[in-house]
Amino acid sequence: MTDTSSNTAVSTQGTWGEMSERTRLRYAAERRFRLYGLAAIGAAVLILATLVTSIGITGLPAFFQTYIKLDVTVDAASAEKGSYRGLMFKSVYALYPEVTDRREKKKLRGIVSSGAGREIKAAVLDDPSLIGTTFSIWVRSSDDVDIFVKGQMDRNLPEADRRVKDNEVAWIDGLEEQGRVETRFNFSFFSSGDSREPEQAGIWGAVVGSFFTLCVTLAVSFPLGVLAAVYLEEFAPQNRWTDLIEVNINNLAAVPSIVFGLLGLAMFLNFFGMPRSAPLVGGMVLALMTLPTIIIATRAALKAVPPSIREAALGVGASELQVVTHHVVPLAMPGILTGTIIGMAQALGESAPLLMIGMVAFIVDVPQGIFDPSTVLPVQIYIWADSPERAFVAKTSAAILVLLTFLVFMNAVAVMLRKRFERRW
Amino acid sequence: MKLKTLALAASVAVASISMVGVAHARDQIQIVGSSTVFPFSTKVAEEFGHSTSFKTPVVESTGSGGGMKLFCSGVGMEHPDITNASRRIKSKEFKKCTENGITITEVKVGYDGIVLGNAKSGAEFFLTTKDIFLALAKEIPDGKGGLIANPNKTWADVNKDLPTTKIEVLGPPPTSGTRDAFVELAMEKGAKKFPELKALRKADKKAFKAIAHSIREDGAFIEAGENDNLIVQKLVANPDALGIFGFSFLDQNADKIKGAIVEGNMPSFERIANGDYPISRSLFFYVKKEHVGKVPGIEEFVAAFTNEDAWGTDGYLVDKGLIPLPDAERASMAEQAKTLAPLAM
Repeated sequence: MTDTSSNTAVSTQGTWGEMSERTRLRYAAERRFRLYGLAAIGAAVLILATLVTSIGITGLPAFFQTYIKLDVTVDAASAEKGSYRGLMFKSVYALYPEVTDRREKKKLRGIVSSGAGREIKAAVLDDPSLIGTTFSIWVRSSDDVDIFVKGQMDRNLPEADRRVKDNEVAWIDGLEEQGRVETRFNFSFFSSGDSREPEQAGIWGAVVGSFFTLCVTLAVSFPLGVLAAVYLEEFAPQNRWTDLIEVNINNLAAVPSIVFGLLGLAMFLNFFGMPRSAPLVGGMVLALMTLPTIIIATRAALKAVPPSIREAALGVGASELQVVTHHVVPLAMPGILTGTIIGMAQALGESAPLLMIGMVAFIVDVPQGIFDPSTVLPVQIYIWADSPERAFVAKTSAAILVLLTFLVFMNAVAVMLRKRFERRW
Repeated sequence: MKLKTLALAASVAVASISMVGVAHARDQIQIVGSSTVFPFSTKVAEEFGHSTSFKTPVVESTGSGGGMKLFCSGVGMEHPDITNASRRIKSKEFKKCTENGITITEVKVGYDGIVLGNAKSGAEFFLTTKDIFLALAKEIPDGKGGLIANPNKTWADVNKDLPTTKIEVLGPPPTSGTRDAFVELAMEKGAKKFPELKALRKADKKAFKAIAHSIREDGAFIEAGENDNLIVQKLVANPDALGIFGFSFLDQNADKIKGAIVEGNMPSFERIANGDYPISRSLFFYVKKEHVGKVPGIEEFVAAFTNEDAWGTDGYLVDKGLIPLPDAERASMAEQAKTLAPLAM
């Protein structure tokens, strides 16, 4: 042994010049290695930056919405009948009284959103003294007009190639001259549910759905996961059974998420007869998916608590239960919470298992509880990405931005928790 | 202390699970089915929710086949009330439905055209269904009674009047209803133009279908996923490629892409409506009669869908890209929907 090492030592020795040459090469190799690492990080950052920038640029227009000012006269009779749609038509026709042809009129009223009547209704219900008067109100424009006003449609194209035709362009230009067109921040994108009309569609329904779903996921997976991990780590004997369980938990963490969806369909929907499309079922399916993550993270955190803490606690007469609940689990909590939040962030971004249990659905009403039908953010992105209307392209990217914001926030909280409560022994 | 909270949380979770119980009443219509009918069904659902006192129906996009499976699995509140389909119900599905005690009403709502399109900057295409078959089939007749693997590399190989660009077609995967319809309407029609294949169809329908429905796998046809928006974007990026997608996507993106002219007809609203454009299919929805009266609003929803304001030539569904039925057929279909006439097969 010593013989060989001294042999190699001899053979690698040489003149001073050869040695310094080798040192130079070693340093060069080290520099190169660092450069490779830097290049890898640089590439990752560049790709991420490109992705986020392109999504940001596409999504930005969705945060703004074109509004058109209408002068509405609300007579008592229409208010009583609730025919605000008709009132809306009338006030749009009044903008261009020279338009008389039926088809042209239909086009003219297509400038404003088909939901504009409801906006007028809301204003009147808000302030009943408006009945019998004429007042100005800003209503949403239709999606095509919105795209046109934002300059995303080239007006120099031949008419046949444009969704907004020449006469509509003339109408919009006229309205702009009168100061009746305005682009504002689109608050309702954050406050309304889904809609088939891009200008009325909002993300709130999906955000609330995601919230309820994650609440259920947390309520099911956190206690189950932590209890399972504490038992396995602190109490369970080391034998074939616990080994088997451990292998299976690690295995479950790698199972494709759609499998959990199929399980949810078979178990929760078909066997237990739970409602379709409900956050309750979605949350439980995602909890199954998150469980392994939480168990593995919790076990790692428990393992990191030094045995001396346990021994000291036992030494002063604490029972095993007291050791765990008073010392080990609280000390491991930052690690447990970090794992849980990362698991939750994963669950927030998941859509595949929800397809099976009916959460990939068009739902207008914002859910009120865990039994109401709802969707979640990634599903909303999927549905919008699949919609033919052009304006949904921007909405899709905007929804991705919202989802990314939530994910960044959750992961930041995880990092913060770790930094703040981390203990070194 | 901590453990107690955990135990409490766990028991709450378990309690909430058992609370749901087995059967639950429902006051909201559930609709499943085709992703092609989805934009129309959701639009009606939304209008219905706004204009009536009923809750807005929940519409799921499960695909025609998946929808039928859910729909036909039984009567009861855990099963959907309506299913959308971009094809007619199959006799197998009808049988399953009937066995499970379901009476179905069929409503045909309109047409959808399937477009072969390319970027505005690309060449103009004047195709026949025979060209489409020759360009995309896995095997084509060799003219001597046999079949050979498709040797055509460029469109000019298919038909010397076509451009000399490479054959590169982006289309949906086999799981898609659009693909089914394209294969049935374009490829099969094209295959029938060959006398030897036509003879084969008479003798052995299955063998004929195997030939007509097989799309080449040598890279000329690229499966581009279910998302038509994605296909449109890829076409803009690659002016030499053609794509297969629904007419409403051509309608929405007319400034970026154009449709190929098939059998002398361009894919336009009018030509699809009057049946001149050859690659178009019918869209349906099916109502479960047993649920009428149990789930509030089904009749009203069907009435809202079959109202002239919705599916008429000036209705709001037309703005969404639906191609309406001819006037007479629409009137008789509305009548059938109103009485919920049971379907017989």
